[in-house]
Amino acid sequence: MNQLSGVEVAAPSVQSSLREDRVYDAIIIGAGHNGLVTAAYLARAGLDVAVLEKNPHIGGAAVSLSLYEGWTYSNCSYVCSLFRPEIMRDLELYKHGLQIIPYEGGMTMMANGERFHTYYDHNVFRQEIARFSKKDADAYDAYSTAVMKMCRWIKPMLLRTPPDPTSFKPRDIAELLYLGKHFASLGERDMGELVRFFTLSIADFLDEYFETDVVKAHFAGSGIIGTALGPYSPGTAYVLLHHYMGDIDGSVGAWGFARGGMGSVSKALAGAFKSHGGKILCDSEVAQITTQGGACTGVLLTNGNVLRAKKVISNLDVKRTFTKIVKPDVLPENFLRQVNNFKIRGSSGKLNIALGGMPIFDNVPSEHPSLRGDLHFTDSMARMERGYDDWKEGRWSADPYVDMLVPTQIDPTMAPPGKHYMSVFVQYAPPTLSDGRSWDGPARDEFAQTVLNQIASQSPNFRDLVLHYEVRSPWDIERETGLTEGNIFQGELTMDQLIFNRPIPGYAQFRAPVRNLYMCGSSTHPGGGVMGAPGANAAREILRDLSIRNFDPRQEAEI
Amino acid sequence: MSYSHIVIGAGHNGLTCAAYLAKSGAKVLVLEARSQPGGAAATEEIAPGYRVSSCAHLLYQLHPRIMLDLALDRHGLEFSAKNITTTVLAGDGAALTMLDGKATGNISEKDAQNWPIFWARMKKIARHLQPMLLMSPPRLAGRDLSQNLDLLKLGWSIRSLGREDMREFLRIAAMNVYDLAADYFDSPLIKVRISADAVLGTTLGPRSPGSVLSLLYKLTGALNGVQGAMALPKGGMGAVSGALLRAGAVRGVDLRLGQRVRRIIVADGKASGVETDTGEIIEAANVISNADIAKTMVSMVGAQHIDAGFQRDVSKIRSKGATAKLNLALSALPNFTGADAQALAGRLLLTESIEQIELAFNPAKYGQWSKHPLLEVVIPSVTDPALAPAGHHVLSAIVQYAPYQVESGWASQREPFQRDVMAHLEHFAPGIGASVVGTDLKTPADLEAQFGLPGGHWHHGELAIDQLLMLRPVAGAARYATPVENLFLCGAGCHPGGGVMGAAGYNAARAVLAKRQAA
Amino acid sequence: MNYSMKIKPDTVRVGLKPTPFIDRLRPLNKFESLAYWQGYWSPADFGNPEREYFAIRNTTSVFDLSPMTKYRIKGPQAEAFLQRLMTRNIAKLKPGRVAYTVWCNDEGKVIDDGTLFRLGPQEFRLCCQEHQLFWLLTSAAGFDVSIHDETDEVCGLSLQGPTSYSVLRALGLAAVETLKPFELRDFSFGPGSIMVSRTGFTGDLGYELWCAPGQALPLWDALQSAGRDFGGVEPIGSTALDMARIEAGFIGAHLDFMPADQAVRAGRAASPFELNLEWLVDFNKGHFTGRAALLAEQKAGSKRCLVAVDIEGNKPANHALIYHRKKTEVGHISSGIWSPTAKRNIGLAMLQMPYGKSITSDLWAEIYVMRELKWEKRMAKCTIVKAPFFEPARRRATPPGAY
Repeated sequence: MNQLSGVEVAAPSVQSSLREDRVYDAIIIGAGHNGLVTAAYLARAGLDVAVLEKNPHIGGAAVSLSLYEGWTYSNCSYVCSLFRPEIMRDLELYKHGLQIIPYEGGMTMMANGERFHTYYDHNVFRQEIARFSKKDADAYDAYSTAVMKMCRWIKPMLLRTPPDPTSFKPRDIAELLYLGKHFASLGERDMGELVRFFTLSIADFLDEYFETDVVKAHFAGSGIIGTALGPYSPGTAYVLLHHYMGDIDGSVGAWGFARGGMGSVSKALAGAFKSHGGKILCDSEVAQITTQGGACTGVLLTNGNVLRAKKVISNLDVKRTFTKIVKPDVLPENFLRQVNNFKIRGSSGKLNIALGGMPIFDNVPSEHPSLRGDLHFTDSMARMERGYDDWKEGRWSADPYVDMLVPTQIDPTMAPPGKHYMSVFVQYAPPTLSDGRSWDGPARDEFAQTVLNQIASQSPNFRDLVLHYEVRSPWDIERETGLTEGNIFQGELTMDQLIFNRPIPGYAQFRAPVRNLYMCGSSTHPGGGVMGAPGANAAREILRDLSIRNFDPRQEAEI
Repeated sequence: MSYSHIVIGAGHNGLTCAAYLAKSGAKVLVLEARSQPGGAAATEEIAPGYRVSSCAHLLYQLHPRIMLDLALDRHGLEFSAKNITTTVLAGDGAALTMLDGKATGNISEKDAQNWPIFWARMKKIARHLQPMLLMSPPRLAGRDLSQNLDLLKLGWSIRSLGREDMREFLRIAAMNVYDLAADYFDSPLIKVRISADAVLGTTLGPRSPGSVLSLLYKLTGALNGVQGAMALPKGGMGAVSGALLRAGAVRGVDLRLGQRVRRIIVADGKASGVETDTGEIIEAANVISNADIAKTMVSMVGAQHIDAGFQRDVSKIRSKGATAKLNLALSALPNFTGADAQALAGRLLLTESIEQIELAFNPAKYGQWSKHPLLEVVIPSVTDPALAPAGHHVLSAIVQYAPYQVESGWASQREPFQRDVMAHLEHFAPGIGASVVGTDLKTPADLEAQFGLPGGHWHHGELAIDQLLMLRPVAGAARYATPVENLFLCGAGCHPGGGVMGAAGYNAARAVLAKRQAA
Repeated sequence: MNYSMKIKPDTVRVGLKPTPFIDRLRPLNKFESLAYWQGYWSPADFGNPEREYFAIRNTTSVFDLSPMTKYRIKGPQAEAFLQRLMTRNIAKLKPGRVAYTVWCNDEGKVIDDGTLFRLGPQEFRLCCQEHQLFWLLTSAAGFDVSIHDETDEVCGLSLQGPTSYSVLRALGLAAVETLKPFELRDFSFGPGSIMVSRTGFTGDLGYELWCAPGQALPLWDALQSAGRDFGGVEPIGSTALDMARIEAGFIGAHLDFMPADQAVRAGRAASPFELNLEWLVDFNKGHFTGRAALLAEQKAGSKRCLVAVDIEGNKPANHALIYHRKKTEVGHISSGIWSPTAKRNIGLAMLQMPYGKSITSDLWAEIYVMRELKWEKRMAKCTIVKAPFFEPARRRATPPGAY
């Protein structure tokens, strides 16, 4: 163990004890949560597996680091809903310390001082919406039904391998037929609704139900988080669905905290992996994936070590994998061009703040339950869209959309008693600033001040409580986690990069165009979020290629 | 007098539908509210002696099948130019002129080489989508055999693109044109060309997902056998309507102008005729409406005759235009910086970059017009001198973007808007303002008022995947028949959409005739 | 049609919303036994649902109806709007009358049922279980009509039982004896007036009293005094009410049918035909939402049917699956109780066609009974009967009898 709280680091002695002639069954590049999921499934199936991580700590973007004494931050990802319960069950993650604690409710602090609260209880939330519009309160019922229908449809897709629609292989045709049947099960009216859901903007979708700006803004947030699109952009309705389709213990759309921070997810996965005999090597950055005769043979580390493996699986995003650590001459030209065209745009930043106490917000009683949920300031979709306009022109949003949480009100493990940890997710921030400045200068703190000012504008004591803060620009996120441009989903969630198009048309079945090389990151189906589904899907395909008795993670928790 | 069919609205789709119905031997009446037929496919005199296309000004999609069946050439449709060039002007002298696969001017060598390959690929994909144009969209569920066959035909057509092109199609179908242009090209002016064709007439910016589809849609046209060619009808766009009118007239179609339909008479779920503004009741076995579905079903039929869910679906159609039209009468040929004589005979796209188009789109989102809009300009009098007095010219410009609803309303904002557009035009053609002898500006609100375009949208509804095929205009009326028996739709709001194509009118006529056979 | 309101200050408290009667009801609710009715404080029972049930059938029961969703619908096209909305012919509903009705979506599936009060030629009140404003406003597009949610502005008490007429007479309501079933009338009460309709959800003699929240407690107190000589006016909760409504053969949303606009699974919602409510569908009145779909269903035949069943034995069969020949699963009991009045084991059952219509015999309910921690399975024979299970003559008698 090193000084980083809760983060396990392999001791150098483990590394030097590696025998050069050893051939692993599988090597996974990157100890992000998907890499660890793949690793754990493969190890569980009896394979000899090693995971290589460039950082001194595991977790990728699901990490908890201590940067200020006494505090643990969820540095990147900060809440959890999408993580597939099937994976938690298969890998017995509870035995390795994982607990997901649901939180509820939240609030939008409107510019005019009014507050719009959200509540877990449907009727109480209705009554709150009715304060603004009785029509919207009733529309909320209709809206919830519509979204639930789509969630129910999309959920079974998460742990399936997308078919190749251009293929005539029996497996692809069977999967296409399944898709067709599944689609038809909706009935004609909802089939049309589903098509609309994939292509509408979240603004258009919400306009069909609601009339109140703040109500629409509240729901629209889920349509833009992590995405380089504004709420008026077609396709954002799907992004909303992507945030809604998760569930906690069957409560669809519910979000929770991983006790101890998001690093607990990675830690539990690592624990499960090791319990099946797997090895994790930190401080082991891969310089190149080695190949021979068009097949993958292992990896070359930046420290000069060579590790051999029968299968290599990259948890890095598809752009990083194929432009940085695979030699271009082993890749088909068309594939490489598509990789270069892969849309992976940084659009968000993050602040992690250590607070000396719980902030007071104007017009909110100090014990109000809404404070324990998601806090927002953006009270109209137009404000969000203008934030996006800033991003398009290479500036961070002057009036950003933030998703702010104080998890220490629920999770006592992340800050000293009476003190708090605040996580502030910030949309939008570009990876490259158009004024030519580097993020690595005063720009980073100017960005932070934009966010801190927004919070302070609604909280009289916030500034005085700030003890420490960590700022993560898209550039910082890329530097540490390796996510290209700092894109939290390892690639935009637009139709051109979903299902059989994800990550690259023709390569959606987790296999790279190099024999024995696979992809398991969020660049692959079904995409980003701390979901674990890409990792599980990749493991299933690898075991299939090895003709090893496979697991079937498709028994859905019924909703 | 009783008719077999009444067509409401003498737009080009209404006229096409009427001509085909008459061709089958039926007695057809077309009722048009305005004093002039043609709808948005019309030519008007904007100043004494200056005539110009009111709205649409380029012909590229008119379906060859319709040209042939109705012998439009024999009915007077001629072209002053059949395949014009497109020239992008940056305003600073930089220019790029393109004709089909050839691109000359400010473009990198690599991009110039790539262009024909890219263009051929887009055209190939579009070609494989052509079979759907003259097809009643198969329903999502409850299909009969012929619908299943249509679906198979379409599926097969897409499959027969071959693996790589099919994959590319599935990738780009819902993509934004900003990314598509960046995937293939670096030179700014060629990106303008690609994105302009994608966004003109829509309410999308280059970065809006779905904009590629509109590009492919335009490329499905193959006028005079040349895919992607743009032509100028002699005498303006009214020439198309004129030919359709004559093609109908020789088959006995009656046209009554200035007759606004007040309501469609419906009893027991069946339409039996129409009542005009004057109170006259005209009976018919079938009524076919060229008006948009909301006007047809809610205003003319009435909410009390349709299901509430269907009405809600209709109200959800996204149809808010962001396109205005500026027609100018000029005392001299304008001098566009960077344009040669050949360019002036063709189509001009005025803007310096794809980013600038996106910037021009931004204000439209918040109810403001762009001060630096993308302009698509043609000067048809260059190739068709009869449109203006000798030595004089008419200029027709599509102004992208001006939203349907502006803060404080168009009534008070026309003047400042016109000033902004003229100032912008002056930037590209210094001195043009001084030669203006007549101006006709149509805001989206004007387009709605004059031509009945709902929301001022050129396509009667945004062209997006969720508003195409079996979802156009809504799932319950996508095969031209409406929930009201004997009532059909034939306008641009139906599959396959707007543009002077005539396919919706053709398909609607087929649906009406098929019903008769089935009965 | 327009709709607007000002934002009220943040009065939302997390928890149950009170009704105007809560100050009288809460002290009586000794066990704090509550039902969760659309977020309102609503009693499930007051300690003994059987006793409460017998107040319905023996004396007078009183139930707080205030959480019932209420809409005021008025305007020149109010009738035309309702004609398009409802399956019944609203033109036949005269001012001063009440009608039970359902409304459907385009697919002809029931969204909700409720009672429609015609207050005047252009004015109606709709009372129903589910929130309907979104659908009502959606349906109102194109009609000159205003729709206002008046749930919190009108509170209600349901006064049901054989002595209810006597109680109202003792309350001093003039000529209340001439009020016919499904008739409504305003009566002066205190300084103002209350509206009384001869309606209810019990199948017994009964009335519903509607008033402004300010009159709620005076009305409550006056009823208690008026009832003293007639065996009292007994507060009841939803459990007792549910027993009475099953005996009366009335259906409940989320119990016997899934509101079509809330069903997320395809095929869950039911048509009026399937709910045995074809008498509410008038194809000759002109168009209404769902008409085309219902005509098609009438032609093609329904998939299911709701029937009343008499179940052998005495174990309540709620939610039991029903089998044909004890083998083929053909449906389930959607509502079932032991009827204390009829002394029969009764229920409403949703059956897959043709069961319930052409095949009506050899049907068995699979009932699970727990006897001192031991589960026993009983196959109980079901006989299809005609609803209602209990229909006393006093329900319709005008003038009503004293008891």
